[in-house]
Amino acid sequence: MSTTSETTISGPAGSAAEAGRSTPRRAERRFWPTRRERRNILVGLLFISPWLFGFFAFLVYPILYTIRISFQRVPDFGPATNIGWANYQRLLDDANFSNAIFNTFVYTALAVPIGAVVAMVLALAMNQPLGEIPIYRVILYLPSVLPVFALSFIAITLLDPTQGIVNEFLRLLGFSPPNWFGSTTWAKPAIVAMAQFGAGQIALVYLAGLKGIPQHLYEAAMLDGAGAWNRFRNVTLPLMTPVILYDVILGVSEGLQVFTQAFIITGGGPANSTNFYVFYLYNNAFRYSGSGGYAAAMSMVLFLVTFVIAALVFRTSRRWVHYEMN
Amino acid sequence: MATTTTEPRRTGTYDNLEHPRLATRRKVVRRFGERVLPRIILVVMCALFILPFYWMATLALKSNEELAIYPPTLWPQDLVWSNFKDATEVFPFWRFLGNTASITFLTILGSVISCPIIAYGFSRIDWPGRDKIFMIVLATVFIPFPVLIVALFRIWAELGLIDTYWPLVLPRFFGTAFWIFLMRQFFMQISRDLSDAAKLDGANEFQIFRQIIMPQSLPAVGVVAIFAALAAWNDFIGPLIFLQTEASYTLAIGLTFFQAQDAYDIKYNLLMAASTLIVLPVVLLFLLFQRSFISGLSIGSIK
Repeated sequence: MSTTSETTISGPAGSAAEAGRSTPRRAERRFWPTRRERRNILVGLLFISPWLFGFFAFLVYPILYTIRISFQRVPDFGPATNIGWANYQRLLDDANFSNAIFNTFVYTALAVPIGAVVAMVLALAMNQPLGEIPIYRVILYLPSVLPVFALSFIAITLLDPTQGIVNEFLRLLGFSPPNWFGSTTWAKPAIVAMAQFGAGQIALVYLAGLKGIPQHLYEAAMLDGAGAWNRFRNVTLPLMTPVILYDVILGVSEGLQVFTQAFIITGGGPANSTNFYVFYLYNNAFRYSGSGGYAAAMSMVLFLVTFVIAALVFRTSRRWVHYEMN
Repeated sequence: MATTTTEPRRTGTYDNLEHPRLATRRKVVRRFGERVLPRIILVVMCALFILPFYWMATLALKSNEELAIYPPTLWPQDLVWSNFKDATEVFPFWRFLGNTASITFLTILGSVISCPIIAYGFSRIDWPGRDKIFMIVLATVFIPFPVLIVALFRIWAELGLIDTYWPLVLPRFFGTAFWIFLMRQFFMQISRDLSDAAKLDGANEFQIFRQIIMPQSLPAVGVVAIFAALAAWNDFIGPLIFLQTEASYTLAIGLTFFQAQDAYDIKYNLLMAASTLIVLPVVLLFLLFQRSFISGLSIGSIK
């Protein structure tokens, strides 16, 4: 790059651009960068070179590696053999795989919207003029810093059918509470509920968004006689859509990765009801012998699904996200 | 917003004028909406959000006998502080603590070195294609880490580095997308005047980075350090995959030892005592640096 451009730059087009006084028309058509730009490209690339290396070493290469072994049978010992699309074909016939997709879908479809609503309610409440807001903020954020593995162990004790405080409380209220993690019906909802302990963090992101909404919009809406609900529906919600989009995309990506809760609490049970995608992927990769290639095929499917969902959310976002807040 | 209600000024005809009693009612409703209802919601939610910490601490201090009482007691009758010592003997607590601390330290080190340098190249230097490449950085945030575990395990195994810290900490020396983003947002807010002046005086970009930009950016570096510490300390799937023997395990893996002992009769008091010891540094870190946590969030929430 640097060797060829030196000669080109001395040509008429190059020198004009180099002088920095090139006409706009010329600047747009210009192909070779000026000397200053070339230097900036080199220095810029130098600064981002650690990321470039990491990107290829820890992301691109592993993905190519995954693609390769997804077409192979990988025994625990001995050489791998190419088997074409057999791993992917096996996915189609595997009842545990479709079960894992179902469980993960149900979990994500519940956890993300419920999380958004809980966070929005908390953010709206914290957006009111109360003196003690800083205290609420600390307490509501606190569980967000808890490691998921610790929260999982705590949840085991909280939701223990006899020794847990949750069931004790529900019994006092006259319910006959379920054995949460031992029930095929309640295990997934319990894990969804656990995820809500992270709502404080999202609420603070929402709150920052709420603070950015210009006050005069509310005043105008009130002059028009809009009630609280209408102000929320027609002013707050539209202006919050960029923040909600950000949260939904991150939430979906996180929801698809749910793993630790199943690994620690339920072991995928009872009756496979918490057999989540990544849990099944992990089992194939590290627990079932000779399934490395199969796990690689599952990884590629997850990669594509995440990509497709992110693209879908972005595409539809043009219809429901408003970018006029400034 | 808290101040006076903005009612239409009462001039002219009576047509669009509210009855005074209606106005008072509206004020009461408004007061309820602004003061009472939010307080109820927030207090109830705070109680719920404290529940895990309260129950963890309560169980951690109960005796074995008290654990068997039904219905469960809501506060330990005798505070059994020795549970904490006993909990550290279920698994090699101090060794695992050392491993976790080493990994956390190296993660912080790698992140605070790499993320600012990379972010500088994405914000303070203008070069064509920069923002397009930055879009790739942002896109990588959404790639689920589990997608890579099959390959990463094999790659590190081929290098003979499974059961070492390398797979967990080396990638951090090459930047983490979200923290690069945080640093970049911060750098973009710094005025160009000083660095332009330094450039005229013949300083190169690296000198400007080190002597002008970095000294102003310590709060943002602090945010990255805190997030890095939290990520390393709270990591479960990484150590689970890359660490294979007791000599290298972290505290997160240590907790699973309670299940390994007897999955159907886990000693809740010791489990929660160990959990408390592991969670305590995280909670203290948060309470000490909560402003950094929250500013990190608001930087990250910019669309």
